[in-house]
Amino acid sequence: MSAAIYSPKVTKRDRKLITPEGLSLPLTVASRGARAGALLLDLTFICLGVVVFFFVMGLTGIGLFSANDVPNALGELLVVIIIIFMFFARYGYFLSFELGAKGATPGKRLLGIRVAARDGGKLTADMVIARNLVRDIELILPGAFLLQIAFGGGTGLGVYGWALVVWLLIFAFFPFINKDALRAGDLVAGTWVVEARQAKLPDAMSLAPSHAATYRFGVEELSIYGEQELQVLENVLRTDNPKAMAEVAEAICRKIGWQVGSGDDREFLESFYQALRGHLEGGMRFGRRKANKFS
Amino acid sequence: MAVFGRSSPEIEAPADIEAASLRSDQFRLERQVDWQRLDAIVTALEKGRPKRISDDDLLDMPVLYRKAASSLAVARETTLDAGTLAYLESLVRRAWSQVYGPQTSFWAWLKRFFGGGWSQAVRSVWLDMCIALFVMVAGAVVGWLLVARDQDWYFSLVSSDMAGGRVPGADPEILRESLNTHETSEGLSIFAASLFSNNAGVTILAFALGFAFGIPTMILLVYNMALLGAMLWVFFNAGLGWEFAAWLSVHGTTELLAILLGGAAGMHVGRAMAFPGQRAILTAISDAGIRGARVLVGCTIMLIIAGLLEGYARQLVGDMVSRFAIGGIMLAFWALYFGLAGLRKAGLRKGRKA
Repeated sequence: MSAAIYSPKVTKRDRKLITPEGLSLPLTVASRGARAGALLLDLTFICLGVVVFFFVMGLTGIGLFSANDVPNALGELLVVIIIIFMFFARYGYFLSFELGAKGATPGKRLLGIRVAARDGGKLTADMVIARNLVRDIELILPGAFLLQIAFGGGTGLGVYGWALVVWLLIFAFFPFINKDALRAGDLVAGTWVVEARQAKLPDAMSLAPSHAATYRFGVEELSIYGEQELQVLENVLRTDNPKAMAEVAEAICRKIGWQVGSGDDREFLESFYQALRGHLEGGMRFGRRKANKFS
Repeated sequence: MAVFGRSSPEIEAPADIEAASLRSDQFRLERQVDWQRLDAIVTALEKGRPKRISDDDLLDMPVLYRKAASSLAVARETTLDAGTLAYLESLVRRAWSQVYGPQTSFWAWLKRFFGGGWSQAVRSVWLDMCIALFVMVAGAVVGWLLVARDQDWYFSLVSSDMAGGRVPGADPEILRESLNTHETSEGLSIFAASLFSNNAGVTILAFALGFAFGIPTMILLVYNMALLGAMLWVFFNAGLGWEFAAWLSVHGTTELLAILLGGAAGMHVGRAMAFPGQRAILTAISDAGIRGARVLVGCTIMLIIAGLLEGYARQLVGDMVSRFAIGGIMLAFWALYFGLAGLRKAGLRKGRKA
C-alpha cells in the first residue's frame, strides 16, 4: 500500500491490541467489503488453478491414451492425482497461504489485509487450520445448496432441505451481525482479519533551515491551535501544494492576527509549524495536551 | 556495544542530528537507523526471503523490535509528528506479526504434533468422545431396529446405488460376493483416494457443524451410523454377520474412530458455546476450536490410512481371521498411541505451571 496519511480520527473499525510487551497497538479491523473482495479474488485464483490443472492433465491424458496399450497404472495415477488435487484446492489453498509469513492469501495480500490472533499473541497453525475448516459450512455447503436451488428450482429440497439452507445462511451472514466482522471460523479459531497497511518513514520536519529570526511567534499566537490543526498543517506541508499552502497561510494569519505578508508561504508555514509543535510538545512534557482549537 | 553494530550499509545515517531544532525530531533521528534496519528485516521476512537477512540482523531482531516498540511508546507521549507516529505504528505492527507470527516450520510443527500434541488434544476431548460414542452406538441400534421392524426403512436409509445388491432378503451368495476380494490391485488406488476424499469431507463437516451447538454433528453421526446398523441387520439376517464385521473391521476401526473424533471435536466446540463455564464465551469457543482443529488434522491423517486399508487391504485380504487381526491391531495401535503419547510432556508442563 502507498504511504498512508496518518488520520487521527477514530473510525468504527479501530481497535486497540495489547502486545505481550504491554504496548497498545492500534489496529483497524478489515472492512467487510475488503474481505468479500479478497474472497472473490481467491476463489478466482482457485478456479483458474483448477482450469489450468485440468487442461494440463487433459493433455497428458490424451497423450497417454492415444499411445496404444497404456499401462493401466499410469491412468490410475492420473485419476488419483486429480482427486488429491481437488481435495487440496478445497482445503489446502487458504491453509498454506495463511500459514505463511504474511498471514494472508494472495487475495488478502492484494487488498492489504491479514489474519491475526485476537488476543495479540502468536497466530498458531492450529488457529489457521480451525478457521479454514469451518469455511466448509460457511461457504461451500451454502454455495452448493444455492447452486442447486438456482439450477434445480429447489424442488427436491423438501422442508428439511429448506430449513438447512436457512440454517446455513445464518453462518454465511455471520460477519454482518458482529462488530468485528468475525466469520464463524474466526470465532472458533480466536482470530480476526485486520488491515496491514505499510507506511513509509517521512522526512523529519524541523531539518529545514530555521527562519526563527524572521518569524517570531508569541505564546498567545501559539496557544490558538491544537494537535489536530498541527497535523492538518503537517499534511499540507508534506503534500507541498503551493495553492493549498497559500490558503492555509492566509487562514493562519487571519486567526493569529497577522498581516498577510508577501513572503514565502512555505517558509512562513514551516516556521509556524516548528514553533507550534515545539510549543505543544513542550506542554506535553508537562502533561498538558490540547486536542484542537476548541479545547 | 557490538550487538547494536550497524551491519546494513544501505541504510544511511541521518543528517546532522543537531540540525533538528525540535527535541522530538532529534529523538527520531537518533533512532531511525534502528527502525529502518528492523524495517528491512521485516520486509525480507514478509517476502519470504529470510536468507537475505544477515546473521547479525537476525540475532538483533528481537532487540530491534523491542526498541521500536519502546520508541513508539515514548513517541506517543512526546512527539506530534503524525508521519513518524504512523510509520512507527505500522512498523511495530508488522514486526509484531513477524515476531508472533506462525513461525514454526512445517516440520517442527509436524514433529510436535505427532510427538504428543495430537494425542494430548484427543485426551482433552474425552468427554465429547464418550458423547459421540454414545450417539454413534445409538444411531447404529436405531438403524438396526428400524429395519428389523419394517424393511422398507432400509430403502429410505440406504440409497439404491450405494446398496448395490445388498438389500434385505437378498440371496446370501450375492451378499457374500460383495465381501469378497479382488483378484488384482488394479483400480484400487482410485478407490482408496476417492474414499479418503469423501470420508475426510464428512469428518470435516462433522467438526464444522459443531459450531451450531453440536446438534447437527449429532444428527450427522446418527444418520451415518443408522445406515451402518441397517446394513449390519441385512448381513446378520443372511447369516453373514461375522463375515461382514470382519470385512468392516479392516478399515472400520480406523475410519469410525476418525469419524468419532471429528464428531467429538465438533461437539467440543458446541459444548463450549453452550456451557462456557468461568471463561468468557469467546475465549471458551476459540480454546475449544483450536483443540478441535488439532484433533481434526489427526482425523485427516487417520482417514488417509483408513482409505488405504479400505482400498487395498480389504480388497486383497480375504479370510476372516486376518481381517479381524488387521482391524484389531489398528484399534490397539490407536488406543495405545492416544493413551500414551505425550503423557510425560504434559506432566512436565503441569509441574512447571504449578
